[in-house]
Amino acid sequence: MSTIDPQARWTYLYKALSKNGPLTDEDWEFGPETIATLESSKILVIGAGGLGCEILKNLALSGFKDIHVIDMDTIDISNLNRQFLFRQADIGKPKAEVAAAFVEKRVKGVKITPYVGKIQDKDEDYYMQFKIIICGLDSIEARRWINSTLIAMVDMENPESLKPLVDGGTEGFKGQSRVILPTLSSCIECQLDMHAPRPAVPLCTIATIPRQPQHCIEWAYQIAWQEKRKDEPFDSDDLEHISWVYNAALERGEQFHIHGVTFQMTQGVVKNIIPAIASTNAVIAASTTSEVLKIAASCNPYLDNYMMYAGEEGVYTYTFQAEKKSDCPVCGNLARKMEVDPNVTLGDFIESLGERAEAQLKKPSMRTEEKTLYQRFPPQLEEQTRPNLQLKLRDLVADGQEIAVSDPAYTIDFRYRLNFK
Amino acid sequence: MVDGMYGAQPSPGPNTKKCSPTVQKQQQQQAENADGGAGKKKKKVTAAQLRVQRDLQELTLGSTMKMSFPNPDDILNFTLTIEPDEGMYKGGVFHFSFAVNQNFPHDPPKVKCTQKIYHPNIDLEGNVCLNILREDWKPVLNLNAVIVGMQFLFLEPNASDPLNKEAADDLRTNRDAFKRNVRSSMAGGSVRSVSYERVLR
Repeated sequence: MSTIDPQARWTYLYKALSKNGPLTDEDWEFGPETIATLESSKILVIGAGGLGCEILKNLALSGFKDIHVIDMDTIDISNLNRQFLFRQADIGKPKAEVAAAFVEKRVKGVKITPYVGKIQDKDEDYYMQFKIIICGLDSIEARRWINSTLIAMVDMENPESLKPLVDGGTEGFKGQSRVILPTLSSCIECQLDMHAPRPAVPLCTIATIPRQPQHCIEWAYQIAWQEKRKDEPFDSDDLEHISWVYNAALERGEQFHIHGVTFQMTQGVVKNIIPAIASTNAVIAASTTSEVLKIAASCNPYLDNYMMYAGEEGVYTYTFQAEKKSDCPVCGNLARKMEVDPNVTLGDFIESLGERAEAQLKKPSMRTEEKTLYQRFPPQLEEQTRPNLQLKLRDLVADGQEIAVSDPAYTIDFRYRLNFK
Repeated sequence: MVDGMYGAQPSPGPNTKKCSPTVQKQQQQQAENADGGAGKKKKKVTAAQLRVQRDLQELTLGSTMKMSFPNPDDILNFTLTIEPDEGMYKGGVFHFSFAVNQNFPHDPPKVKCTQKIYHPNIDLEGNVCLNILREDWKPVLNLNAVIVGMQFLFLEPNASDPLNKEAADDLRTNRDAFKRNVRSSMAGGSVRSVSYERVLR
C-alpha cells in the first residue's frame, strides 16, 4: 500500500472535479478550489456498523480528509461477516475507534476522529462544527433525535447553521437513502409514517394458539418471563437469559407439536434481528456517500430527496420528492422568539397569547421539556396544573427556554423561545 | 433497536474540545447570538411529548373514564380508570397503566391492567389483547382510539381473542355462567380456583 504515490490515488477524482459537466451548476468553480473545499470539509458519520464501515471507507476514498464518527457499540462476533473494518481480535472493542484506526491506516492523510458514546451526549456546539452529517443507523429513535436537533439548530440569519443530513437505511434486500435540508425539505419526522411498522403477532395468538416456532419464543420471553422472573429485567445480551427463554420456548413447542425452535432463532426473535445483507449495505452506502460528495463539492445536483431501493427480485429503484408536511411536529413550526416579562404570572401570559397578533391562541396547553405548565384536558391534569397559573414565569421557565404550545383551534403545535425582558 | 437513548443527559464529551480554537470561538458567538447566551443547553420538548400533549387535549373521556397523573410533569406515564355503566362489568372499577415511550407515535403506548381480573382478553399479569395496541397500531391512531378500544373490551368481551383461555371458554360455551363468574370475580371471589381482586366500587 505504501508504495502507491499518494497523489495517484486521487487522479480520477481530481479529473472529475476539474471539469465542467452537462449537469454542473453554471456558477461552479472547478479545480483546485473545489478540491481544497472537499479536503477541509468536516463530515460527521453517525454509526460505524454495517453501513458505517462502508461509508467511512467510501468517504476516505472520495477525498474527504477530516471525518468524525460516533458509535456507542462494541464489536460482536456476528458483525464480522460484513463489517469489514473489524477483525476477530477486535471483538469487544468500540466500533468507532477500531473503524477510525483501520481507515486512517489504509488511506494515508485522512484524519478520522472517533467518539464512543451516544449522539445524545453531544450538544449543538458539537454538531455545528460539521459541514454535512451522514447517518447509517438502525434505530428510528436515534434518527428522530438527530433530525430534530439539526432542525432546531437552524438560524435563518446564518446559512452555516443549516447542516444537510444524508440518511441511509437497509433491511434485508431493501434500502433507502435520503437527503434532508433541515427546515427546507421533508424531514425524518415528516416521513415517519413511511416506516413499515414492526410486524407483530396478536398477543392472544402467542398466549393461546401458537402456530409457528416464533410464536413459542415470543410466548417465552413476553409471557413466561413475566410470570416466572418478573423482578429481573430481561437482557437480550445475557446468554443465561436467552438460554432460559430458548428452553421455555422449546418446551412450549413440544406441547403444541411445533418444531423448529432453535437457539439462533430465539436470539433473532428477542433481539428483533433482521438479517443484514452486505451488498445492500454497499449499495446504500455508495448512494449516500456520493450524495455527500455532490453536496460538498457542488459538482452535480444532489438527490432530491428520497431514493428507494428494492433488491429482492432483480433491482428496482425509484427516486421521488417526499413532501414536507405542513403540520410536522418538528419542522412544521420552528421555535419563535418571544420577549416576555418574567414577573407576569403564567395565567396572564396565557391570556396575552390570545391577544398577540402573532399567536392568537385562545385555549392553549403548554409545557417545557421537564414541566407541564398548563394542560386544559383531561380534568385531572387541569386541576393539577392550575396552581401554576398563579406562579410567575421566572419560577416556571428559565430565560431562553423553549415551550411547546397546543391549541385545539390549530392542527399544528407551536414552539416559543421565551427571552426575559 | 437502541433503547433508552433519549434519557441520556447531555454532557460535553471529550471531542467537543477538539475543534480548532477559531471554530470554537465562532460557534460560541453564533450560539450567543442565537439565544442571548441563556438557556442554550436547555432541552427541547420532544416530538413524543408534544404529540401526547395534543392527544390528551383531544380526548373525549365521558363519565365512565378518569385519568390520573402520579407526576403531572410526566405526561407520558399515567393511569386510566374505567367504570363501565352498562354490560357485564358494570359496577367495577378498573385501572390501567399507560406508558408512552419517546418513539411514540411510531411505537404504540404500553397498556397494562394493574389488577388481577377475570376477562377473556386480559391475562392474570394484566396484559391486554387489543389489536391496535400491537399488530394494528399506526402512527395516525391516537390515545383516544386506544381509550375507546379499552372501554369496548368491557362492553363486548371477545372470546375469539383469548388471553385468559378459561374465561374465553366460559364465555363461548356458557354465557350465563360467564356472567356469574364475572360477578363473583369482581367481588373478590375465585373462579376455577384462581382468586381475583375485588374491583367493585
